[in-house]
Amino acid sequence: MAVPRSATDWMVPVFGLLGAIGLVVCIWLIFTWVPNDAVLFFNQRIFYFHVGHAFNLFIAVGVCGVSSLLFLWRRTPRWDDLALAAAEVAVAYGAVVLVTGSVWAKAAWDHWWVWENRLMMSLLLWLVLVAYVLVRRYAGASADRLAAGLAVFGTVGLPFIYTMVNKGDQHPQAGTNGNVATLTGPMQIVFWLSVATFFCWFLALIASRVASTRGERELRELREQGLDAGLLT
Amino acid sequence: MPLERVEITKVIKRYGTERALAGVDLELRGGSMCALLGHNGAGKTTLLGILSTLVRASSGAITYRETGGAVVTGDAVRREIGLLAHQSLCYGELTAVENLALFAGLYGVDDSPAALAALLDRVGLEVRARDRAARTYSRGMVQRLALARALLSAPSLVLLDEPFTGLDRGGALALGEQLGALTAEGAIVVVVTHDLEAIAGRTDHVAILRAGKLVFEERGAYDYEKLKDTYHRHAS
Amino acid sequence: MPAERPRQGVLRQAWRIAWKDLKVELRSREIVYTMAFFGAVIVVVYSFAFPSSSALVRLGAPGLLWVSTMFAGTIGLGRAFDRERENDTLRALMLTPVPRLAIFLGKGIAITFLVGAVALVVTPLMALLMDVPFFDHPGELALALLLGAVGFSAIGTVFAATLLKVRSRDVLLPVIIYPILIPLFAFGTEATAALLKVPADLDNAWYWIGLLGAYDAAFLVLSMWIFESLVIE
Repeated sequence: MAVPRSATDWMVPVFGLLGAIGLVVCIWLIFTWVPNDAVLFFNQRIFYFHVGHAFNLFIAVGVCGVSSLLFLWRRTPRWDDLALAAAEVAVAYGAVVLVTGSVWAKAAWDHWWVWENRLMMSLLLWLVLVAYVLVRRYAGASADRLAAGLAVFGTVGLPFIYTMVNKGDQHPQAGTNGNVATLTGPMQIVFWLSVATFFCWFLALIASRVASTRGERELRELREQGLDAGLLT
Repeated sequence: MPLERVEITKVIKRYGTERALAGVDLELRGGSMCALLGHNGAGKTTLLGILSTLVRASSGAITYRETGGAVVTGDAVRREIGLLAHQSLCYGELTAVENLALFAGLYGVDDSPAALAALLDRVGLEVRARDRAARTYSRGMVQRLALARALLSAPSLVLLDEPFTGLDRGGALALGEQLGALTAEGAIVVVVTHDLEAIAGRTDHVAILRAGKLVFEERGAYDYEKLKDTYHRHAS
Repeated sequence: MPAERPRQGVLRQAWRIAWKDLKVELRSREIVYTMAFFGAVIVVVYSFAFPSSSALVRLGAPGLLWVSTMFAGTIGLGRAFDRERENDTLRALMLTPVPRLAIFLGKGIAITFLVGAVALVVTPLMALLMDVPFFDHPGELALALLLGAVGFSAIGTVFAATLLKVRSRDVLLPVIIYPILIPLFAFGTEATAALLKVPADLDNAWYWIGLLGAYDAAFLVLSMWIFESLVIE
């Protein structure tokens, strides 16, 4: 996944454009083409954004965990760049998941927040991610190691969080009686389209974040070279 | 096996955005005392940290070689390192003897009372202070205990960070003499210090760091005047 | 030159380090006294927060027990590593040829003892002040608390040691370890709650204790494996 310099250059515009097109198409399809849900009716339409982001949230967390592990093992800065980018994107996606979930919860259950399994799981995951960003900011020179450790521990903790919350399930489901796998027809198509759209966004955001971190480093190294050569003071 | 040579190759260390070392090349030899000089923040302590294996270089390498040239790595390197740092590296709540017994156990060397007493005699820690908690010690006594801890495992690479602070003139010169003796026994001694008087006439290798770079290196005999002159010419 | 003795086992060295910590603590008793006092104060604060001898207390007691132990444990953890920072002694330990695993285990064992000591104070105090029958199944409860202490110490030791030189360590320690510890906390609370049911739900209690064990096993292995690469600068 470590993106060579040239890759970030084309990834940002290409996936950004794909994401933008996808977003327009998705919104249009969600409101004009997809039928109302049998049980949740109109408000089920937020599902495509909600679960679309949740899917990518888990991808981002996975990327962050794996690249953190590789960073600790190898100490190559590029893995750290990738972990940082994934964590920041994951915080943003997690915020979207929580907010859309909250809106949906208000419509479906008439409460903004319910202490329910999957909500709790997203919240806990999000807390680990926010802790990651806090550590990056405030831990000084040890920030990269500490944050990488947190990401690895957090990833290993995921199955336990899952076991903890999975004692019974009253989460609103996409279809009437099942999960994503039971979606049919337009619902299924639009669902996967929205997942793909937000995945494109995800790639564009990560690539641009990695590029900016790398830019910072290159600038710093150039400055050091300038200092070494006596051209800068 | 004792270390005979340490090669520092293109070592760079970054802390976040700060660059503490900017590509240092240096070779340390057995039986030689290297005076590592420079102003505060020049990277001396960082370089000692990297030599002591507790700080990882961002890039570059350190190669430890024993007599005959074979490369030594891992635990075997740490066994050969004695470090005297800014802080004492000893527990304030424990007595001198307890501190040394603990570390002797961890190094797997003789921790019998007789051996520890001999070591404390060597660094000159008063007998009546030895069974008192180390936090009650004066600065000079702490420094002696710290030195005893550093020499406990009969190290062949002795790293000293400002070893003379807190010692009176007599103590500093006595310590300088001990370091000279260690060097004569074949150890690699690296001293970071501002006290040029204490190492004058003993050091035979001067390396000066400035802003993370090695700006001067020379082997040869140094008396106080020459040392002072060299330092002022190159450190800033 | 002192004669070298044959290399000693990791556990023996770990015990040497743990015993050093316990000896220092037995001399000053600072951490145990302050931690126990802090735990007791939390219990008293809770007993004001909830109307006593109501059904609420019985429902909340398991969580309160684990929260007070974890909070007091964090204080002790921070202080135990302050002691290693005072004269930079953790560095002295890392400098010895002892495997880093032994250092991790030694510190972890000492912290486990400290947290266990707090639990020994807090549990009877809560039983007394809040009239909760904690001692109907003392063996199971002790096992759950012990497993909790082990997990807390493993994760706490890794991050407290890594944070040793960071300026904002006191704030960052809970920020990092609490999100990771939430499953441990939840399993412990569930196990305790099952034990407090009338009649006690032993099957359920053992299920949660088993999960505590699994959590400990996973994080112990991870901690032992990652400790060295996190602690070296």
